[in-house]
Order: sequence, then C-alpha cells, then structure tokens
Amino acid sequence: MKTLLNTTLSAMAAMVISFNASASGAGVHLEAAKTDITDQASLQRGATSFMNNCSGCHSIELMRYNRIAKDLNISEADMANNLMFNADKTGSPIFSSMPEDGAKEWFGTTPPDLSLTGIARGTDWIYTYLKGFYADETRPYGVNNHVLENAAMPDILWKSKQDKTEKEFNREVRDITNFLDYVAEPVKLIRYEIGVKVLGFLFILFILSYLLKQEYWKDVKYGKWRAKD
Amino acid sequence: MDNNKNWIDQRFPLTKVWNEHLAEYYTPRNFNFWYFFGSLAMLVLVIQIVSGIFLAMHYKPDAALAFASVEYIMRDVDWGWLIRYIHSTGASAFFIVIYLHMYRGLLYGSYKAPRELIWVIGMVLYIALMAEAFMGYVLPWGQMSYWGAKVIINLFGSFPIVGELILEFILGDYAVGDPVLNRFFSLHVIAIPLILVILVFMHIVALHTVGSNNPDGVEIKQNKDKNGIPKDGIPFHPYYSVKDIMGVVVFLMIFSSIVFFAPAMNGYFLEAPNYIEANPLKTPDHIAPLWYLTPFYSVLRAIPPMFGSQLPGVLAMFAALLILIALPWLDRSKVKSIRYRSWPYKVALGIFVVSFIILGWLGMQAVTPLYSLMAQIFTGLYFAFFILMPWFTSIGKTKPVPERTTEH
Repeated sequence: MKTLLNTTLSAMAAMVISFNASASGAGVHLEAAKTDITDQASLQRGATSFMNNCSGCHSIELMRYNRIAKDLNISEADMANNLMFNADKTGSPIFSSMPEDGAKEWFGTTPPDLSLTGIARGTDWIYTYLKGFYADETRPYGVNNHVLENAAMPDILWKSKQDKTEKEFNREVRDITNFLDYVAEPVKLIRYEIGVKVLGFLFILFILSYLLKQEYWKDVKYGKWRAKD
Repeated sequence: MDNNKNWIDQRFPLTKVWNEHLAEYYTPRNFNFWYFFGSLAMLVLVIQIVSGIFLAMHYKPDAALAFASVEYIMRDVDWGWLIRYIHSTGASAFFIVIYLHMYRGLLYGSYKAPRELIWVIGMVLYIALMAEAFMGYVLPWGQMSYWGAKVIINLFGSFPIVGELILEFILGDYAVGDPVLNRFFSLHVIAIPLILVILVFMHIVALHTVGSNNPDGVEIKQNKDKNGIPKDGIPFHPYYSVKDIMGVVVFLMIFSSIVFFAPAMNGYFLEAPNYIEANPLKTPDHIAPLWYLTPFYSVLRAIPPMFGSQLPGVLAMFAALLILIALPWLDRSKVKSIRYRSWPYKVALGIFVVSFIILGWLGMQAVTPLYSLMAQIFTGLYFAFFILMPWFTSIGKTKPVPERTTEH
C-alpha cells in the first residue's frame, strides 16, 4: 500500500511540476494587465474608448450592440445615440467603418477583427501592446511597437498618452483591455455566479448521497452481507 | 405490477438481465477509490453523447462556417456556452478518467487471466477514443485544429509506396480542407460513437462473464457459500450503485468547477491559438496536440527520421500504443495485485508512470536538444517496461496472497 501511495504521489508531483513549467512562455516580457471583469464601470469606459478609438478600423463582429448594452447595463438608447457609429440597428454585429479595399490600400493589410483577441492573445498582450508604441521614423506612421514588431497600426492612443497622467493613461488602456476580455467571452460575466450555485447544489447532493451510501453499507459492515467465517 | 412484469418477461428477459447484471451480480466487497473510474467513464460517455447531440444541432461542418458557428453557439444560442464547455471539458475528463481506470488495471493486475479480453477490448476502446477526440478537436476549425490535423494526417503519408494514396484517401483532396472537416464531422458524430458504445457493451459483457477483479487480486468465485454466492461478494445493486452515485457527485463537483471557473484550464483543455480561425497560409509558432495525445506525440518526435523518412517515428508511435494490448501475455507474475507483487514490478511500474507523464509533458514543448534527448531516454524506458516485463515479473519474492479479500 505504501509503495502504491508513493508511486501515485510521485506521479502527481511530476504532473504539478510539468504544469508549472509549461505555463511560462518565451518572447517579449508582458506587463500584467490586472483587469477585473466584474468591474462594470471599467467595462463601460472600455466600451466607450473602444467605440471611439478602435472601431473605426477594427470590427468585433462576433458581438452585437444590444448584447453589450444588456451585459454592461447601458440603455439601448444611449448605446444607439452615443456608441453606435457603424450600424442602424442595435441588434447588428459590430463591424468597422472601414471598407476592406480601402484598408488594404491605406494600411497594407486589413485590420484584424478583435472579437477573440482577449483569448487568442491574452489580456497581458493587449495591455502591453497598446502601451508599447515608440517613435520610429522608418515606419509609415512614425511609430513602431515593442510587442509586435513593424505593426501596421498607428499609435491611436497618442493623444491620451500626451494629455493624461501616466496613471490615467494606464487606466484607459486597462479599460480597453478589460472590455476586449469581456468581448472574447461574454459569458464570463455570468458563469462564475452560476458555478457557485451549481456547486452549492452538488454539495448538498453529496451529503445526501454519502448518507445514503452509509445507510446501505451498514449491511456490509454489520448486517446480512457481513463477512462470514 | 407483477402481472406486467410477467407479460414483459415472457417476451423480453427484463428480470433476468436486471438480476444477472445488477441485483444478483456479485461484486468483491473490498473495492477502493480506484474502482470508481469504470462507472465514471460510462457517465462521461453519456455526457459527451448528450451534449454532442445539442452541439450538432447548431454547428456547421463547413470550412467557411465552422469557426463562426462555434462562436455562435458560445454567444447567441441559449445556454450554448454551457453545452460547449461541458463537451470540451468532457473530452479531457474522459481521458483523465480512462487513464486512472487503466492505471487501476496495472496496479491490481486486472488484465491477467481470466480477464485478458476485457483488457484487449478496453485497449481498442482507448484507441477509438483517441481517434474520436482527435477528430472532434478538428471541428472548431481554429489554427490548432487545422495544423494539428495537418501534422497527424501527414503521418500516414510516410508509409512507403502507398503513403500518397492513403493521404489522398483520408483528405479527399490534396490538402487539409473542407472535405476533411466534413468527413471528420460524420465520423465524430456517428461512426466512432457507435463503435464506442458497442465496445463498451462488449467490455461489460466480458467483465460480467468472469467477474470483477479487486485490490487483493483474489478470485471471489473460488469461495462460494452453499447457495453458490461468493462469500466475499455483495450484489452490485444496491451496494455499488449507491456508492457509485456518491462517486458521480464528487466527480460532478470537480467537473463543474472546471466548466464554470476554468473551462480553458490555462490552455490545457482549450488552447488559446485555437481562437484564431484556421489559416492555411500562416503556420503557428508551436504546434502541439492536446495533452492526452502528447505522450505518443513525444515518442513520434523522439525517433529521428531515417533515410529521409519519418516512417520510423510513426511506427514507434503506433507500436507504443499497440504494445499495451500485449500486456496480459507479457506479465509472468503469479500474483495479480501490487499488494503482493515483488519489488522489481513496483519499481518498474513507478518508472513507467513517471516516463509516461514526462513524455506527455515533453510533447507539449517546443523541441530543444535537451528535450529531444529526454524524449529518447523516456521512450526507451516506456518500451523497456513492456519488453523487460517477462523478466522482471518473474524475479523477486512475492508475498503470499490471502485466500479471501482483506478489509482495510
């Protein structure tokens, strides 16, 4: 039994070590975004920032305006009047305002859809990327990026960076990152809450199933199925 | 009620089946923790089939639509996200449960006579399950789906002479594309699940013919009372059915924790690059299969190409899988359970388990010279476990096996 335990434990230890080791990746050092998906005010600010700064070129076409309005507690009227630039109906997917041929001509590439970037790249990547622009005269827009070398994107937040304090600017970038994290997986807002209820239910069920098992197994310990001779 | 039963029993052996397989199926009384995983594997199969039925109602097996249809399920289908997370978590849970179930077999010698066929059917099930999981992983049509499929399917091209033909036959095309996606969908939702269900049925029929093994490796049927009931047996129903219900609830608690709080499991269950739509022109930096296939992927990469062909690695990979089937005939030990085995077997089993896990970890990493060397060493140890088994199971002193099961 001891050997068995040892074998099992050593196997589990090896597993834990391997899980930790493979969690760290190579490449550019990414700053921790420290976003909080439960911070609704941050998500609302992020949505506003995104619509004003990003949605001109980038779509989030897996998302609908009215879904954002509902999830982030923004009235549909506010949404339609202040944040909806590229559609007529709040049920529409969020397309960018840029025609595809134009994008190719102006930027050399179509700006990617950002619906799933929050997962595909991760929040730390987005956060560091948006803060990672530096002056580089050899590039068409005079800027390059630490995270994504030779990115075709101009430093769209340059004015914020110039006008705001560092703390305020970081907050704005964090809000946009937070919003994109939400956009990548809208159900993240509700699945924790449902999960707690499900686990609560299962916990009660566990107590009942445990008691049921104990009741039946009395037969095996003391009753008619007790080991004889 | 009795009349109804009578009417049915004259036409269908309802009572007979119920008694033979549940109410009068005598099971060793000393099952421990490791004996939960058989019934849990069946539970996961049911979870996968039911959640899969609902996913298939909304999924589009079309290279142009597949990726978006998965996100449509995640966002616009009511509770679609939950069904999809249950299915994706279920895939990994299936392998966790199956690996623990197989490990139990190794611990207590459950594959030894007279249970060789249970083991063989189980191994075929395991291989079918791998095919099922691999094809399912292609369906979301993300970057990892696409490039993973490309890597694995291309392995078949390494066979001499017929390789090209096999490739074309699998692909229905000259590259991974719409035909592959469409046929993998068909195989994933119909052909292989059907095979799985039939094999599970055979697995259980074989088990119930010879009866379950137990942690002591004692044959309970050799000690019967005057009514012909094994003295160390208890009816499966209600004793193990209520015990398994408890196991099911504990399993569901762990399962739900993953589904609701960490469905991606930090990239182990759902990989981040798979949230980028398949793009044949853009190779990802690092292609790795999901964790449950990586030990065998490691074996594949450990064997260097010879004569400009990947074939040796491919053969080694298939050999690593198929050699498991031979286990019942490689084990020469007189005792079944690890409790009474000689120390060489215990050491060998420990090395084998560690090798398998390290190979799995290596299969997720990018290749470096050190990792290649490690993969070669542990591939060697993996095969050594089987090749040396006839030797190390016949040496060393085993402990005497008790006549009856023991209480712990």
